[in-house]
Amino acid sequence: MIQMEQSPPPALLLDKVDVAYRTRGRDMRVLSKVSIRIEPGEAYGLVGESGCGKSTVALTVLHTLPGNGHVLGGKLEVAGRDLRRLDAPALRHMRAHDISMVYQDAGRALNPSMTVGRQLLEVFEVLGQGGQEAVERAHAMLARVQISGPARVMASYPHQLSGGMQQRVVIAMALAKDPSLLILDEPTTGLDATVEAEVLDLVADLRRDFNSSILFISHNLGAIASICDRVGVLYAGHLVEEGPAQQVFSDPRHPYTASLLRCLPKAGLTKRKSALETIPGFLPPPGAIIKGCCFAPRCSMARQRCHDESPPAYDLGGRQSACHYHDHVDFIAGKDLRPVVVSAPAAARQPALALDAVSKTYHVGGQPLHAVRDVSMTLQPGQTLGLVGESGSGKTTLARLLLGLVAPDAGGRIELDGEALAPTAAERPTEHVKAMQIVFQNPDSALNRAHTVRHLIGRALSRLAGLRGRRLREEMMRLVGAVRLTERHLALRPRQLSGGLKQRVAIARAFAGNPRIVVCDEPTSALDVSVQAAILNLLAELQDQRQVSYVFISHDLGVVRYLADRIAVLYLGRLMELGPAEAVFTGPHHPYTEALLSAVPSHTGRRNERIKLKGEIPSPLNPPSGCVFQTRCPRKVGEICETTEPPMQSEDDHGIRCHIPRAELGRLTPAHP
Amino acid sequence: MGKAIGRFVLKRLGLAVLTLFLLSIVVFAGCMVLPGNVARAILGPFADQRAVDALNHQLGADRPALSLYWEWITKLLHGDMGTSYTFRAPVAPFVRDALVNSLKLAALAFVIVVPLSILGGIVAALFAGRWPDKLISLTSLSLTVIPEFVSSIALLLIFAIWLRWLPLSASFPADAGALTQIYYLLLPCLPLVIVLFGYFARMTRAGVVEAMASDYTRTAILKGLPRRTVIIRHVLRNALLPTITVIASQTSYLIGGLVVVEGLFRYQGIGSLILTAARGKDFPMLQGGILTIGALFIAAVLIADLIFLLVNPRTRTSLR
Repeated sequence: MIQMEQSPPPALLLDKVDVAYRTRGRDMRVLSKVSIRIEPGEAYGLVGESGCGKSTVALTVLHTLPGNGHVLGGKLEVAGRDLRRLDAPALRHMRAHDISMVYQDAGRALNPSMTVGRQLLEVFEVLGQGGQEAVERAHAMLARVQISGPARVMASYPHQLSGGMQQRVVIAMALAKDPSLLILDEPTTGLDATVEAEVLDLVADLRRDFNSSILFISHNLGAIASICDRVGVLYAGHLVEEGPAQQVFSDPRHPYTASLLRCLPKAGLTKRKSALETIPGFLPPPGAIIKGCCFAPRCSMARQRCHDESPPAYDLGGRQSACHYHDHVDFIAGKDLRPVVVSAPAAARQPALALDAVSKTYHVGGQPLHAVRDVSMTLQPGQTLGLVGESGSGKTTLARLLLGLVAPDAGGRIELDGEALAPTAAERPTEHVKAMQIVFQNPDSALNRAHTVRHLIGRALSRLAGLRGRRLREEMMRLVGAVRLTERHLALRPRQLSGGLKQRVAIARAFAGNPRIVVCDEPTSALDVSVQAAILNLLAELQDQRQVSYVFISHDLGVVRYLADRIAVLYLGRLMELGPAEAVFTGPHHPYTEALLSAVPSHTGRRNERIKLKGEIPSPLNPPSGCVFQTRCPRKVGEICETTEPPMQSEDDHGIRCHIPRAELGRLTPAHP
Repeated sequence: MGKAIGRFVLKRLGLAVLTLFLLSIVVFAGCMVLPGNVARAILGPFADQRAVDALNHQLGADRPALSLYWEWITKLLHGDMGTSYTFRAPVAPFVRDALVNSLKLAALAFVIVVPLSILGGIVAALFAGRWPDKLISLTSLSLTVIPEFVSSIALLLIFAIWLRWLPLSASFPADAGALTQIYYLLLPCLPLVIVLFGYFARMTRAGVVEAMASDYTRTAILKGLPRRTVIIRHVLRNALLPTITVIASQTSYLIGGLVVVEGLFRYQGIGSLILTAARGKDFPMLQGGILTIGALFIAAVLIADLIFLLVNPRTRTSLR
């Protein structure tokens, strides 16, 4: 521990900080002896799964713990000032000058009933600046976060801006006071990959111009790797590993870090090659008495000593690990995982799903809005079609069309096993309805909170499979076993289950009627990586056993690559590229696909030169002429792009809608082997 | 933006006309099926049957319903509410005087209860879980469940009979000035304040608690703004939106639903006017009174929606 600082004090210093939440008269410890030191100008990443205490660190630093949370002990300093001794005016002063925070969901961080300008000006108002000077500084600040037309944005209300714009405004607000410490709590979660990449680029750029230190909290290892110098890994309120980001991610010295990294679907890994690794077991509940190492119960290399003796933070020269056996952590060699899907895809069978010229036009204020325009594709039984595109590209509308929640425009045709489907679910016979099911992103809102798991699954079985009595009970046990739940879970209600378990219930519900097609709408994007891996494994297994087809919507290209056999890329309701997953990922690519792929941050820190898309996705009410992508296309050829919609150029079952000859289209060098 | 609001108001006015039309049918039909005979009610049980028939004919009560309705509604559209059966005089002045009285009572109750309950709700929310919150929440909840006729009697006993601070009757002298009128109306106001306080205060408390827990409030706190500014500028504006709607929905109760209070305090409001009319089978008076309350209620809701619209930019831009 350093007693005297000669040079400027660290921007943030946490020394053996303990934080607890008090519930029913008992202190539940959520942070245990956490020590973090962030030097001026340094960017520090904090990773870990939900419930590990990442956000509690931020709340503690900002002194905004909920009413029942309090710091039990340790030292907390911001720029050399003891946070625990500040009185209210001093705390306010510190917030006004020294610390800023950006959190997830910028839309909610902005006051809905005040203009953006008013909210931005407040930052200067607190600093005692007003009038024209403040307005000019606000304009300059918005320009710094690459907002063109600051005056227009200042006059807007938050809901009139897109998610990416909102996040820029919040970042501008946070940086306006030139803070010594900027805390970013999941700033890109919920944003599209392209927008996420832009925000990350922006933060990286601004780092160079401002002197702020950064505490970057995220479960997205790629995002952390692209911004941070050093990284800390939190598990159950303990800092289990810390060190330079590159080293920690390429050569982890704690089994938890290693397991987290192994859960990620690596480039090139697909369901046909190997199952994903998961972390068995659960996070200890807050307040649990932990003897020995906190990760020991879930650790594959735990020995007796790990259960008895709490590991100290071993100093490994510039990095530390809280593992007795930090020398033995073997990152590369996981367990031998067998491929999930063994059966090879049989070609030229009757497709399970066929779409022919399907469109959906909404009418907004008398104007036509082409949410989905002229989409044709097929999906074989037992295969997965990945639907990829930014928000507003028509992915969700397409899913709704399949399920019959909205009726397609006349002229389009959707076929299930060669039989034409009625436009809406209400007109479809029961067997068609049960043949098409959906798993939603958020199982919380998809499952009725008032019912038990037994009721939820039982109802699906009686409604969709028409089962009663003993046969229903037998089938329920089979289904529950198939999604790896146990009989014990049947009596519980959704709120008593973790996110992953809830998603299993939702999957069981969808599979109750033995569906032919399951639409998975971002089924893992609300889940932690280890739980995501388990759910992806489960989906792959169920697919193999039951020859069910998936329409898999996700903005996470790594996840899509793992599960998909075919990929469709949508932009403004138009199909831009369609082909076998391997071909879509290796190229040649449509310029849009190429931009999407290049936007993915990789946790190895090596990132392809990102292809920047200009501007925002145009309004579907007023789509560009010619090729819908021409306004943002980095490879626009010329006039032809503005006048003529390019045809689908197809070769080997891989179609690309572009004027550029196939041979000249880009191929990305893979980010990692 | 201005155009959008204009269109919104026009649309709502159209709906209001339709609502009033339907209400007129319901009211009229209701009067038709009320038991008893108009002239018999007026002339008394011992009157000669011929006299009763003659009066019925004179009043037009013996004609078919549809033609009666048509006559009534066309007159109404020309501003003529008809002639009272009981008083043999035009209905409109009665309704107008009663309405003015009711509005005075309602306005006074509003002026007292709205600031008081909003303030109470805010204080309770800011001290959520601590003693001021417990005190306010418990008091308001217990007060809300006391019906106004019970509290009226209690208040009358305490303030008018024992303490003799306030007059027993609310009927102020004809030449009374504004302050004297308020003095007379204070006592009948209190039961209303008691009933509404808990409702408004709890609504406000819920809104403020939610806004205090919101991310935008945290943003404001983390800007280093003083607590006062955070609450006034960021919390209240969003927190009071639901309260506005609730307050507006209570206007019809305050204006037309005070039969008991008006009766107890011998006050000539529109509630007691309607009650008297219903008892005396004075249909023109009854119909005129109810339609007036209906129109007032619709106007109150429209005004509340407009306020909601003006303070809530999200609904403002979603207008088409």
